[in-house]
Amino acid sequence: MAGASGLGTGPGAAGGDGDDSLYPIAVLIDELRNEDVQLRLNSIKKLSTIALALGVERTRSELLPFLTDTIYDEDEVLLALAEQLGNFTGLVGGPDFAHCLLPPLENLATVEETVVRDKAVESLRQISQEHTPVALEAYFVPLVKRLASGDWFTSRTSACGLFSVCYPRASNAVKAEIRQQFRSLCSDDTPMVRRAAASKLGEFAKVLELDSVKSEIVPLFTNLASDEQDSVRLLAVEACVSIAQLLSQDDLETLVMPTLRQAAEDKSWRVRYMVADKFSELQKAMGPKITLNDLIPAFQNLLKDCEAEVRAAAAHKVKELGENLPIEDRETIIMNQILPYIKELVSDTNQHVKSALASVIMGLSTILGKENTIEHLLPLFLAQLKDECPEVRLNIISNLDCVNEVIGIRQLSQSLLPAIVELAEDAKWRVRLAIIEYMPLLAGQLALSEACGQEITTKQMLPIVLKMAGDQVANVRFNVAKSLQKIGPILDTNALQGEVKPVLQKLGQDEDMDVKYFAQEAISVVAQRLRKLDFPVKDSGEPSVPRADKNHFPRPRVPGEDTGKGPVYPLHGDTRDTLAQLEIAELVHFSQSRD
Amino acid sequence: MSSAPTTPPSVDKVDGFSRKSVRKARQKRSQSSSQFRSQGKPIELTPLPLLKDVPSSEQPELFLKKLQQCCVIFDFMDTLSDLKMKEYKRSTLNELVDYITISRGCLTEQTYPEVVRMLVYEFFIRFLESQEFQPSIAKKYIDQKFVLQLLELFDSEDPRERDYLKTVLHRIYGKFLGLRAFIRKQINNIFLRFVYETEHFNGVAELLEILGSIINGFALPLKAEHKQFLVKVLIPLHTVRSLSLFHAQLAYCIVQFLEKDPSLTEPVIRGLMKFWPKTCSQKEVMFLGELEEILDVIEPSQFVKIQEPLFKQIAKCVSSPHFQVAERALYYWNNEYIMSLIEENSNVILPIMFSSLYRISKEHWNPAIVALVYNVLKAFMEMNSTMFDELTATYKSDRQRLEDYLILPLLSYKCHFFRVKINK
Repeated sequence: MAGASGLGTGPGAAGGDGDDSLYPIAVLIDELRNEDVQLRLNSIKKLSTIALALGVERTRSELLPFLTDTIYDEDEVLLALAEQLGNFTGLVGGPDFAHCLLPPLENLATVEETVVRDKAVESLRQISQEHTPVALEAYFVPLVKRLASGDWFTSRTSACGLFSVCYPRASNAVKAEIRQQFRSLCSDDTPMVRRAAASKLGEFAKVLELDSVKSEIVPLFTNLASDEQDSVRLLAVEACVSIAQLLSQDDLETLVMPTLRQAAEDKSWRVRYMVADKFSELQKAMGPKITLNDLIPAFQNLLKDCEAEVRAAAAHKVKELGENLPIEDRETIIMNQILPYIKELVSDTNQHVKSALASVIMGLSTILGKENTIEHLLPLFLAQLKDECPEVRLNIISNLDCVNEVIGIRQLSQSLLPAIVELAEDAKWRVRLAIIEYMPLLAGQLALSEACGQEITTKQMLPIVLKMAGDQVANVRFNVAKSLQKIGPILDTNALQGEVKPVLQKLGQDEDMDVKYFAQEAISVVAQRLRKLDFPVKDSGEPSVPRADKNHFPRPRVPGEDTGKGPVYPLHGDTRDTLAQLEIAELVHFSQSRD
Repeated sequence: MSSAPTTPPSVDKVDGFSRKSVRKARQKRSQSSSQFRSQGKPIELTPLPLLKDVPSSEQPELFLKKLQQCCVIFDFMDTLSDLKMKEYKRSTLNELVDYITISRGCLTEQTYPEVVRMLVYEFFIRFLESQEFQPSIAKKYIDQKFVLQLLELFDSEDPRERDYLKTVLHRIYGKFLGLRAFIRKQINNIFLRFVYETEHFNGVAELLEILGSIINGFALPLKAEHKQFLVKVLIPLHTVRSLSLFHAQLAYCIVQFLEKDPSLTEPVIRGLMKFWPKTCSQKEVMFLGELEEILDVIEPSQFVKIQEPLFKQIAKCVSSPHFQVAERALYYWNNEYIMSLIEENSNVILPIMFSSLYRISKEHWNPAIVALVYNVLKAFMEMNSTMFDELTATYKSDRQRLEDYLILPLLSYKCHFFRVKINK
């Protein structure tokens, strides 16, 4: 058989008997040795095809050894190979033979290039699930040990990712060995290895027995959290969350909290940042008592940290912190312990801190309730609405709806409307855009909440909206059209006829395609209302066109079909010219009257 | 350590998470130091008399007191605070620098820990260079922890600070033999992290400069540790995006290595070929420059070992549509030594280069390149005219056969067909 000398060279050799069906396979195999990287890459990507054609026997005995030797190849090819091998278990004969995939993957896990290594580790993890427990101990665990004692750091870092997958199904003696190995990696000479170990510490802890967690993982965690490199320490903070979820409250207080307190006051800002960033997870894991006694004070310090990054990270978590507190204590804790610090942050020197705060501060209103919001939070919102940094203003405006619910639209419109009016003329178009997008919601709420809502809408908001129809930025203009369409049902016919319609018609002549399109949609809605024919009148806020945004393509109308609804536009994006629109508007009108 | 405040590094990704602040314009105002925390209340220092005004018996004690005073940190980014005290500190430091440069017998054992704690660069360098300096005493205070912190400072954004640090580390490496292995190892770790994890570190150029003089001082035969450093750390350094910031220093280190041990030429060249830039032309030009520097010092026996992969790559560069790359590659033919090497091995090199050169002479868009290529072809013709003629003839007939096959419809698998045929 021609295949005896390994994979055949040249066409026809792989078949052994000149079988034509194997010829393309031979070509693919040939390409695995081609000089051109692209051809090798294509071939590797079709590796499963080759394996299928060769059958499980020959894949195991010929293809895999061949692949194990192509380790001296371009990283791109190696990456593709690592990925393919992860799915090869079926192609080598099932779980009983999964271990045959280990030699090439072991080589790939020692390669310098990080992405290749990572992919190899990922594939190894996948394959480990498909090993029988016997095979796991016989083949997989020794592989992990070999990697963990490799002399270049790359193999040791790869090993770190494999401990948690082989531990659960190993025997007790082997488990002890695995733990031992992991321990030594946590105190490895090279920071890269320690970092890899620290990042996998949490995952490993989750598969261990509780005793081992307390006796082995916690000391490792404490050591890593006091490593000389801050990059290692900050990864330990991440691990802290996973570990905390496994221990009881008492254990947490004695074993974990001292380290965490240290981390919150670490001299490196990156570690403190990590604490701030993971605060919500820590809060949930540690429970309410520790949160109140330890975490809240730490959080207060983070809010006034000297490094802006840390303050910003902490500011981002304010809302989540409040939401994760027990319901009965929430209000008092936030009012007494967090609010004073937040007030300071509103006038922080760093814009990112203020911006972070602005994105979440509105959420506090649901926690604090109406009175507190009006008395304490409203001044802060107003201050931020007038902030010099546009992102801060933007973040406030974008989140106004949750405040609506709490303090009611009347109060909101009284205190905030003047500021909002000013912002309609903001220098930054995104701020103006946010305002115009918010208008329909505001108007809708006003209309629902009280009788003179329509008056406020017409007298105060409509002028703003109409003025923005002349904005230089097209995005703002087409949103004006959209907003008018939504506000339309709330307004009275005088306003519609006298003010809205002319503006919409002008927008219908705009030079920008999108503006024209939305203006024309809005025109037809408004026109409907004005005609007041026996159409089923839609509720306010819901346009009578079924499509709210131009990306949704409705089913084209079949001739003669009567949908009984409003107009259906069988339009694609580019047939939005005026003529077509008007035609259809006419058709609709006539078809209804035919009925 | 007190020093002029350092600005924290600006990075897009730090340990896996991105700093949002760098997305905005950071240049508007300088960031405050992350190592500096303001004391809050203003600091008062009681002015001490000048050193020259006290009798020499009292000078050591006064010296110590002044060192301790200068450990107090002021925020020099804030131009308005503590003006009087800052002025006092500034003049005291100047006085101390003069004192240590001129006076004798001032470096008693007690002064060492104070100086290390204060760490003002100018002063520290004079301190290290002073004739009175005794490493045996200092090594208690200038230990591994100190070196580690010093290396971390190299990430500073301020080039003056990095320059000072470079000098400091260089002196320390020179005087403390016990720390040398540790320093080399830590620099290794910094570079490995730079290459494989973050691609950010501001002090790579300075560290490479120090390494250049370290490599220069290596004893022969080179230790395995050093060879491993070359292959596993220096060569991969070529892969980072910011290569232009430190390429000169890196190339110098590589050439130094090769001058020490020419047998390393093959791994170096193969490494460069492996990491040859695929999309960044600017980097390609840098690589070509480095390659020429290597070829300048290469031994003929080593040249023979690597000439095939080398000239395959050069052939590709010469035919690059990017004219700077092509030009840089073609300038190799202006180099006398390289020309002599090519001439000696023209029967191997000419076939590799020929088809690219011939094609370019007909097809390249840039006339300057075409002119250079003609010169190269002429040089080859003069070197080895028989081979040249042979190659010309084969090239022409190959082209003819290729055109004949192209008449067939070009479905992809049929491409394999005729390609396989030709290979046979």
